[in-house]
This record gives sequence, structure tokens and C-alpha cells, in this order.
Amino acid sequence: MLKWLDERLGAGHWARKGLKKVFPDHWAFLLGEVALFCFVVLVATGVYLTLFFRPDATPVIYDGPYRALRGQEMSAAYESVLRLSFEVRAGLLMRQIHHWAALIFVASIVVHAMRVFFTGAFRKPREINWLVGVSLLIFAIGMGFTGYSLPDDLLSGTGLRIAYSVMLSIPFIGPYITFLVFGGEFPTEGIISRLFVMHVMLLPALVIGLITVHLGILWRQKHAQFRGPGRTEGNVVGKAFWPSQVFKSTGLMLLVAAVLAALGGLVQINGVWAYGPFDPTAVSGPAQPDWYVGWLEGGLRLFPAWEWTLFGVTIPSAFVPGVVIPGLVFTILALWPFIEQRITKDYEVHNLLDRPRDVPWRTAVGTAGFLYMGLLTIAGGNDVLALTFNIPVEGITWFLRVALLVVPVVGGMIAYRVCKELQVGGDHPLRRRRGTVLRRTTSGGFEEVH
Amino acid sequence: MLSLVLWAAGASVAPAQEPDPAEGRELYIDSCASCHGAEGEGAEHGPSLVGVGAASVDFYLRTGRMPLANESQQAVKKEPAFDDAQIESLVAYVSSLGEGPPIPEVDTATAELSAGQELFRDNCSACHGAAGAGGAVGSNAFAPSLLETDPVQIAEATIVGPGQMPKFAFEEEALNDLVGYVTYLQDVPEPGGEDIGRVGPVAEGFVAWVAGMGALIAISMFVGRKRERSPAEPDQA
Ligand code: HEC
Ligand code: HEC
Repeated sequence: MLKWLDERLGAGHWARKGLKKVFPDHWAFLLGEVALFCFVVLVATGVYLTLFFRPDATPVIYDGPYRALRGQEMSAAYESVLRLSFEVRAGLLMRQIHHWAALIFVASIVVHAMRVFFTGAFRKPREINWLVGVSLLIFAIGMGFTGYSLPDDLLSGTGLRIAYSVMLSIPFIGPYITFLVFGGEFPTEGIISRLFVMHVMLLPALVIGLITVHLGILWRQKHAQFRGPGRTEGNVVGKAFWPSQVFKSTGLMLLVAAVLAALGGLVQINGVWAYGPFDPTAVSGPAQPDWYVGWLEGGLRLFPAWEWTLFGVTIPSAFVPGVVIPGLVFTILALWPFIEQRITKDYEVHNLLDRPRDVPWRTAVGTAGFLYMGLLTIAGGNDVLALTFNIPVEGITWFLRVALLVVPVVGGMIAYRVCKELQVGGDHPLRRRRGTVLRRTTSGGFEEVH
Repeated sequence: MLSLVLWAAGASVAPAQEPDPAEGRELYIDSCASCHGAEGEGAEHGPSLVGVGAASVDFYLRTGRMPLANESQQAVKKEPAFDDAQIESLVAYVSSLGEGPPIPEVDTATAELSAGQELFRDNCSACHGAAGAGGAVGSNAFAPSLLETDPVQIAEATIVGPGQMPKFAFEEEALNDLVGYVTYLQDVPEPGGEDIGRVGPVAEGFVAWVAGMGALIAISMFVGRKRERSPAEPDQA
């Protein structure tokens, strides 16, 4: 049978080579796989959901088992989500796994990207794959946001309204873009079906395409690896794809699926029935988006309400925090390999990774960026913080504004110092030997070994 | 639901005798007059209580908001400082100072939940959150969670508009529907498993990172651990 295939496709050579591909054995290389397996779970559960979800804004009257909404007018989309949650067998389980998987998909991309950043894995020749990765992150966030908005509940409707006003705030072209995306003035009839097309067709197609490219390039370029005995710029030391890595990855996939299923089965997420259907007349107060959009919301909340007039056009205050800052963040992120090349004047090929401490300034910059985004994300939930800890929002907002200017700088400096310390110490920070090692000298005394 | 039952039970066990305004006045002088004035006329530290009505006094006392400890801070719900009889006599005294709204009657069993849901969504969710878990209002006030409040106090708050909250004038039946819905929200079906505070995406993001991502990083470390005594020599390419 294999022979038959080989004679026809001539794939034998190619496959044998593929099976022998070497994977470096360090756990940090598995983080990208975690993201990949989250995506697999997302597709599997998502397909189930599309069987029952109706991307349709037509008003219907609800008469299902959820008492508190019976007899109300709502969109067919929201109604189908209620049905999915209360009547479809395993519907709620699938919804919940899907939603948890989405949150963790983006989280694992972020962690994977941090691994790549702090080890300098983006350096020549891997700049293209870094760009692909950043695009994947953006599209993953896009998939999350469109998916979050599909149920057409009160909370996500508020999120859409914010997205609408941010798009509208773009000078000159804002109105055209909003018209293009929303098809009219918010709230529009067509928005659910438009979001649906983006969520189940355009974005997944892009993501699948880019994952293929991402892995293809990885395969072609081979893995980068940490320094170690026998490891050079010209080889990869580790285990072959077959059999070792195949079993590892399969195990990992099953474990990822198990974690997501456990969360989906045990912890309730986005109980949209309690939020009620979206209602454009209900002026909903501050509502939080899913975490990966939290930093955008945080920017909107922290940024002072300044408006300018430019060439006779008023620029709404949402423009800078909603469009300019995210634009800058992703531009810098995407161009980082090239920026770093400019700074270090290092145009060599690098297949050996840095440890974070090896390049303290990069680690410092990364830490600062991470803290900046973290603080913005926290700001996106400032009202929940206020409520939970019983402190006025105003106070939290001012605190975060100051922190946003101070904490990244201080954090970066600390990271820099820690790196320098570690360079001197030399040991892994988590595996440092405690105490001192003594050696017995020939004369019978003891001396410290450094 | 439980709190409703308890509340109903508590009401029926309460002493049947008429509350005594004179006793209420004594309590008033002891605990309230310093801020609200000797005759409830209002003073430097507290507003006038003339004409606030039984609904207001009952609400502020049963949610433990009064006597206020620190007037520079928003009054918050705490354990009531008085027992039922004392509250009743205080209510009798203060409401004798002037005409005001009486304590509303609610019967959550007859409430039209769906109508209540609509009222809640249109009037309350902006401040108290789509699921009633609370939220921030304006610059330095917060609308508390409604998930622990007794039905009568929900109705009273709606009429009275405590602190930064506006007053609402609903028909009796609408008010009952609204209170019924909020009470239902307190015990809304949770078919999805453990509910995490019902504050929505913030708590969910936290769980996703700490429990989800945390577990997956630990799993990666486990799966990708180096086996010291691995028989196979590493492969090279
Ligand atoms: C430390 C000062 C202080 C004390 C003591 C105090 N209050 Fe108040 N009270 C206030 C302030 C300030 C307000 C207005 C703030 C608010 O509504 O949250 C208020 C509001 C009220 C209101 C609402 C008035 C309205 O407009 O509806 C009532 C009723 C009330 N208090 C009753 C009492 C009673 C009864 C006591 C005694 C058990 C008491 N208070 C003790 C300061 C005080
Ligand atoms: C403008 C925002 C706002 C709106 C709208 C609003 N509330 Fe409030 N609500 C508040 C604030 C602020 C408080 C806290 C008051 C204080 O300082 O004591 C509050 C307190 C309450 C409390 C007391 C909770 C407790 O246990 O301490 C109840 C009950 C309540 N509101 C119910 C409602 C209902 C029902 C509606 C809709 C009809 C509503 N609120 C609409 C802002 C609001």
C-alpha cells in the first residue's frame, strides 16, 4: 500500500525526511503547539455550534424554557444561542469549551510570542515567520472579538457599540470604514451576518492559511535551539519527529483538549441568558470585553477626553487610544526584528537562541512592553476592581495613569539589573544551587567552590 | 429564593404589637440626631429626614447603611445595627415627621419575570451591570451588586433612589415584576457549572490565564521535560 502510494506520488523521500525532522527538547518549544491544539479544539467545537446558531437579526418571540425571557422579542441570533444553551444536547458544553478555548488560544499565542521574543528566535533568518506570527495574533484577536459579539446579548452589544465609535473616530475615512463594516449606522440589521461571515469564513481561512505558512517555514528553516553541548549554528540537536515527537505532541494535544473540556464542563462562561438580549435603547454602562480586547478598552478608559480639530475636522477622543496606540503597538511588535537589527547592526544568521539574560536590553524592553499592556488590560476592568476592592474608580484611574508612565520604565530597569546579576551568577534562576559547595583539599581542609 | 423565604419567615415571627414612635425617638436621639438634627430637620453632617418616608428609613436601616460611620464615604450595605423591633420603631418615629412613601408591598411569586427583565434592562443594567453584579457609576460611586438584597429593599431602593441612584416611579405592578426579576437573577439557573462571581469577562479572563494557561504551561513542562536517563541518543539534523 505504501509502496503503491510512493510509486504514484513519489512522496517517499519527502516523507522519510519529514519523519526524521529533529525537534529540540525544551518545553518552551511546546507553547506554540499548545496554541495550535487550542485552535483544533476551536474548529471542532465551532463546527458544532454553526449547526445551531442562526446569524440573523430578524426579531422573534422567545418561548423556550428560560422563564425570565419568555414572550420577549429578541433577535433570532440571540434566540438560537438560548436554544443552544438550554435545549440542544451538549450545546452549552460545546459553547463553553469553545469560549474557554478562545480565551486560552489567544493567551497561548501571547506566551509563545513571549518565548520567541525573549530568546531572540525572531532574528535572521526567521523575520518572516515573526511577521506571520504577529498577523496570527491579530487575526486570533479578531476571531475572538467577532465570536464574542455573535450572541447579540446586552454585554457584547455594548462592545460592538464601542468598536463602532472607535472606527467612526478615524478622521476623514471613519464614516466610510464603519459603513463598510457595519453597513449603516449602529445598530444595523446586517451586522450579525457580517460578523458571522468574518468569524466562520474569512478569519479562519486566513488563520489556517497562515498557520500552514508558519509551520512550512518552520519546517524549512528548522528549529532554533538553545546553546548547549554539541549544538552549533549549523545543526539541531533533539529528538526526531518520528517516533519521539509524534507521541509527545499527541499527548500534548489530548491534554490540551482535556484542560479545555474540563473548564468547559465545570466553569460557567458568558451566561448570556442573564445578560438579556441586546437592546439599543438600553444605555449600558461600562462593560468589559474578553481579556484580549481588555487593553483596548483600558486605553479608552485611561486616556483623557481630549478632542482636537484638524483641518476643520474634529477628532474624537477615542481616536488616539482606540486607533493610534493599538496601531503603534502592533507596528512596533511586527517590525521588532528589523528595529533590533538596526540597533545592534547584527545582520548575521542566528540559529542558536539567547537566554533572556544574554541580551539584557532586549529583555528590559520586552518586560516594559509586557507591563504596559498588562496595566492597560487591568484598566479595562477598572470598574470591577473598584467594586471588588471598594475603592473609587477615579482613584484607580489616576493611579493607573501614573503607573502606566512609571511602572514599565522601572520594571524594565529591574529586568536589566536582574539579567546582569544572572550573567555573573551563571545559573538558571530557578535551579540555582542553594548554599555553597565545599571541596576537600588535599591537605584535609575545605575550600568553597564558586 | 432562600432569602425570600427567610425574610417572609422573619416578618411573620416579628412581634405583632404596634411599633412605638416614642421608643423610636429615643433610639433616634442616641444614634441619629448628631447628624440629622434633633428633630430630623437636617444638620451639618446629614440631610433632613422630614418627609423621606418609611420606605427610605426602612431601606437605610435594613441594609445597615445608617447609622453612617464615615460621611465622606458612600454608604454601603452592612449588618443592620438594630433588630427588627427597633427598626420598626425608628421607622415609625421618622416617618411621623412628615408625609413620604410607605414601605412597598411585594410578592415575587406573582411577578411577571419577562416584563421585569425588560424593566431591569432598560432602567437598571446601565449602573448595576447586565446581570446585576454591580458596576461603577460616574467618577467615584459604585452601584452595588443586587445579588444579596432582599426583595423589599430592592423595591424601596427603586422608590427612594439612595445616594447617587435616581428615583423611579413605577406602577405597583411593574415594580413587583422588576423586584421579581432581580430576585430571580439572584438565583438564576447556572447550567454551565461553577459561576465565577458573575462579573463576566474580567473573572473569566483571570481564570483563563491562571487556571487554563497555568495548567497548560505546567503540562508543557511535564511533556517536554528532559529525561536524564533517556536510552536513545539525541538525533541530529
Ligand atoms: C455620621 C452621620 C450620620 C449618622 C450618625 C446617621 N446618618 Fe443618616 N445620613 C447621613 C448622610 C450623610 C446621608 C446622605 C447620604 C446618603 O444618602 O447616602 C444620610 C441619609 C439618610 C437617609 C436618607 C435620606 C433621604 O433623603 O432619603 C435616612 C432615611 C437616614 N439617613 C436615616 C438615618 C437614621 C435612622 C440614623 C440613625 C440610626 C442615621 N441616619 C444616622 C449621615 C448620618
Ligand atoms: C445611575 C445609576 C443607577 C441606576 C440607573 C440604578 N441604580 Fe441602584 N444604585 C445605584 C447606586 C450608586 C447605589 C448605591 C447607593 C448608596 O450610595 O447607598 C444603588 C443601590 C441600589 C440598591 C441597594 C443595594 C444594596 O443591597 O445595598 C438597590 C436594591 C438598587 N440600587 C436597585 C436598583 C434598581 C432595581 C434599579 C432599576 C430600577 C436601579 N437600582 C437603578 C445606582 C443606580
